[in-house]
Amino acid sequence: MLAYQGNAGRWFDPLRQMRLMQHDMNRLMDSLRVTALPEFPLMNIWTGPDGAVITAEIPAVSPDDLEITVHQNTVALRGQRVAEPVGEGDILHRRERVAGAFARSLVLPFRVDGDKAAATFRNGLLRLDLPRPDADRPRKITVSRS
Amino acid sequence: MADQEINGSAAAETTRDAPVFVPPTDIIETQSSLLMVLDVPGADPDSLDVTLDKRVLRIAARSASSHPEGYTLQHAEYRDGNYERSFVISEPVDAAKIEAVFKDGVLRLTLPKATPAPAAKIPVKAA
Repeated sequence: MLAYQGNAGRWFDPLRQMRLMQHDMNRLMDSLRVTALPEFPLMNIWTGPDGAVITAEIPAVSPDDLEITVHQNTVALRGQRVAEPVGEGDILHRRERVAGAFARSLVLPFRVDGDKAAATFRNGLLRLDLPRPDADRPRKITVSRS
Repeated sequence: MADQEINGSAAAETTRDAPVFVPPTDIIETQSSLLMVLDVPGADPDSLDVTLDKRVLRIAARSASSHPEGYTLQHAEYRDGNYERSFVISEPVDAAKIEAVFKDGVLRLTLPKATPAPAAKIPVKAA
């Protein structure tokens, strides 16, 4: 009978293998996101009295390659992510980052003033400012006593 | 964290109540170097921390808050948090020449392979 030797020697260590497998499984589970996995880019939507702000995680896309269109109450975002090129003779060890074309469009519950909409891109995070047109904003109505 | 899990000790916990994400990574090995590309969108460039300790390369970053002032969150698909990942580098690399570039939410690490020391000829003295 073989006595368990810990990690010593070159024995096949089933406990260590199981621990490594558990670690791999944990890593796989950790990287899963519960919501909207197939969507790219991931977006957060914020609203305020002046309109809405959309922030999206778009790493590795240069701002020039992003196409953002606003039409009435619809905002469309499209672009492309280029896969890391692998030269001849290079070895690809891991490819976990997604690549390819993406497009998302959102319908907002109000019209967007396309002239005042602005987009900024910083550290892989896109921020879209979508203000409501002045004519469309909620107005406060004062009640007068007759 | 990952290495401690392998070694069997308890994983370190964070002091901040923020989730820890594992950034997706591409690793390409060329003739002369090892290229690692990590997606860390929203990471604060000042918080980026890359260390190579013996053979373990550890990458950590904290994402800056993307909360626009005066707005409330209506719908969330991503969260702010920390990025952390470590790799065991199986090849000898030249630690002094590691380059790290952060651009557009992507961290690129170039680890040049260490040139093997030339074979030393040991003269044998005949006694």
